Amino acid sequence: MADATDATPAPPDHALELRRVMKSFGPVVALRSGSLVLDRGSIHALIGENGAGKSTLVKIIAGLYRRDDGDFLLDGESVDFASTAQSKAAGIAVIYQEPTLFPDLSVTENIFMGRQPTGRLGRIDRAAMREEATRIFQRLGVALDPDRVTEGLSIADQQIIEIAKAISLDARVLIMDEPTAALSGVEVERLFAVARSLRDEGRALLFISHRFDEVFALCDTVTVMRDGAYVHTTPLADTTVDDLVRQMVGRDVTELFPKLPSTPGDVVLEVEGLTRPGVFRDVSFSLRAGEIVGLAGLVGAGRSEVARAIFGVDAYESGTVRLGGTVLPKGSVRQATARGLALVPEDRRKQGLVLDEGVSRNITLAIRSKLSRWGLLRTSDENRAAREWASRLEVKTAALDATTGTLSGGNQQKVVIGKWLATQPRVLIVDEPTRGIDVGTKSEVHRLLSELAQQGLAILMISSELPEVLGMADRVLVMREGRLTGEFARADATPETIMFAATADAEGIR
Amino acid sequence: MSTATPVRPGTSPAAKLVSHVATARESGIVLALVLIIVVATLNNPTFLFSPDGFRDLLLTPSLLLLVAVGQAIVIITRNVDLSVGSVVGITAYLTGRLFIDVPGLPLVVVFLAGIVVGGILGLINGALVAYAKVPALVITLGTMYIYRGINVAWAGSNRVNASDLPADFRGLGTGQVLGIPILTLLAVVVLIGAAWYLRNLRSGRELYAIGSDPAAAHLYGLKVNRRIIGAFVTSGALAGLAGVLYAARYGTVASNAGFGWELQAIGAAVIGGVAISGGVGSVWGAAIGAYLLLTINRALPILGIDDFWQRAVVGALILGAIVLDRVLAVRQSRKLTAERETGR
Repeated sequence: MADATDATPAPPDHALELRRVMKSFGPVVALRSGSLVLDRGSIHALIGENGAGKSTLVKIIAGLYRRDDGDFLLDGESVDFASTAQSKAAGIAVIYQEPTLFPDLSVTENIFMGRQPTGRLGRIDRAAMREEATRIFQRLGVALDPDRVTEGLSIADQQIIEIAKAISLDARVLIMDEPTAALSGVEVERLFAVARSLRDEGRALLFISHRFDEVFALCDTVTVMRDGAYVHTTPLADTTVDDLVRQMVGRDVTELFPKLPSTPGDVVLEVEGLTRPGVFRDVSFSLRAGEIVGLAGLVGAGRSEVARAIFGVDAYESGTVRLGGTVLPKGSVRQATARGLALVPEDRRKQGLVLDEGVSRNITLAIRSKLSRWGLLRTSDENRAAREWASRLEVKTAALDATTGTLSGGNQQKVVIGKWLATQPRVLIVDEPTRGIDVGTKSEVHRLLSELAQQGLAILMISSELPEVLGMADRVLVMREGRLTGEFARADATPETIMFAATADAEGIR
Repeated sequence: MSTATPVRPGTSPAAKLVSHVATARESGIVLALVLIIVVATLNNPTFLFSPDGFRDLLLTPSLLLLVAVGQAIVIITRNVDLSVGSVVGITAYLTGRLFIDVPGLPLVVVFLAGIVVGGILGLINGALVAYAKVPALVITLGTMYIYRGINVAWAGSNRVNASDLPADFRGLGTGQVLGIPILTLLAVVVLIGAAWYLRNLRSGRELYAIGSDPAAAHLYGLKVNRRIIGAFVTSGALAGLAGVLYAARYGTVASNAGFGWELQAIGAAVIGGVAISGGVGSVWGAAIGAYLLLTINRALPILGIDDFWQRAVVGALILGAIVLDRVLAVRQSRKLTAERETGR
């Protein structure tokens, strides 16, 4: 059905078109120039590193964000969605990376919420609704109880509900933002079969994925984005994985991140058999002084959860964590901190900083009891301690008592790192240390981490950015779906080996 | 079975109904209510087996029921309305003033006035919560004092007396149909209407969705603000209706009418299984909760328990209900996770 013999480039073929779309949030430019053309009866791939602007682009299409500049055409007509309801009404369905469902409501209600079939007096026709849900599940070939609540469903099942939602919406444009991230091989095949049949019905599909094998198996055209801008669009038949990786990264990986040589010392952190059912299972690894170990994997693989469990924020069911040879009691941040463990969390604004407080108060937060006399803190003591770290980390701030909320993202991150370095840790866990930071500050953070490792600090770096992992880490661990699935020495780590470990299925395709 | 859809055991409509009733959160409270009535009646048969006893049993909680139904609707959206007691006060006094100042006013107009004024006060709450993005707890704490202040300023030390009210209006408060108080019938009609709305209309289901996950509701493109405002208007209007009926039932209205009802209404909803975190519960539960709460209040003196312990019992009931819900939720979530793990 999708025979492209007809070569007329008539504009109505484009179901959706974005031209040089811009979006910024305050001083942060999320999308410099996003362009994308989706054709009917085609599955289009959108690839790029994390932070390339893919999600921002999707959110503009979905009506969550409004573009600052550029053109957005739907069926050749300019549109400007002020809400998700408007984009939905225009026939656009978006399946987000993380399913957004109502946990207390039934599977059926989740599919039809807001547009349930109604009968007399506007009464919801539950029988018809349930029947339609069952019909969609049959088409998808899944056995999901339409009456159960969605709470407790696996991500894969939740994803199926999202897809069922899009199908019931009869969407003309279907956008899937990494829908396969948590699916098993069988589930992926089923999803692809559905996607192909939707394509053959003449719908336009956009498929965002990090898995190249899937992109090549499913899609016909690919658009590459980098640093918030459009790079290239090409038929997949005319390109290779190597070409695409080069376009995605767009620079020499090793140059940007100055990794200084360091000699690994004794083992300081040992994690053995760490398990929390449903989140992560049997995670074991060790960390040596002076070593930077990268922890790679897809979003949702359980990396941050492992870090939080080690640090004592969350409990775990079984396994042990040893710090310097002795077992660390579970669930005690106080003990972990006292024994020399530090965690720079994923979301610095929510988890890392007290945004309304000043720079010096934030830097000294973790050492406040050491600084206090008779339980009281003196501003002069705080400032003295903070000044040292602020200058060592080159935090750019108007004053030490300026509220941290006013700092740029990079400088905020330096404050968080400074806060933990002030505790003089032996092991530093950093979770996405450079997310949302401009390129200049990024390499400063990298140099800092590198220097710290050289001075003997053991660093576990969780990162979704492959170039960062490849550039910085002495050793790379990879997690997928709650398990460690790969370990590579610096020399053996390549984008392909890491991506394979992060995405390949247990059933083992290839 | 040769039919296309084999009937599994326990899926016939009757079996479904039995299992639904047996597992429903509301069944537990009904049981507790029955237990209390039985124990109190054994101690003093007039508690149930006298015309007055039976009437009081039905009548006393009827007004709180109306307020609790409104409160439940608001709590289901993950909000709370602390101003309902003050709304009952204002509308009760308004009812008396209308009869005094405009003699011969038709009853319908008075009822409408109470409901509309209550609805407007609810609209103010809802608009502030929806657009100012300040938690409902804070907004309605403020309006609770403001509405009560207006009431006190307006009424001063005046009060409405039973003699100021027309006889047919007061008859509503004492009248019965087939042995059942009119006020109770009215409350049950409202209850059935609200339950039907929440179960069968799109906007009713959306209230649950909003309470279950506000961010997801936004992504779904639901009209979140409009629904939240609607919930507060409903809560205010029901409190307004309760205010009018308050005047009919008690005859005397001072500026402290309805004082403290907001907490009783929240207590009734929580005891009835409406989750304070939103998305879960029914107005049936809240209604039974209202009956349980006020029936306990009447039963404890009969059992010879002094005033202090009566309050403590109510408190224990609320804590017990919350702990029970939490335990059930944790158990459910464990079970679902275990199913998933073994299912893989």
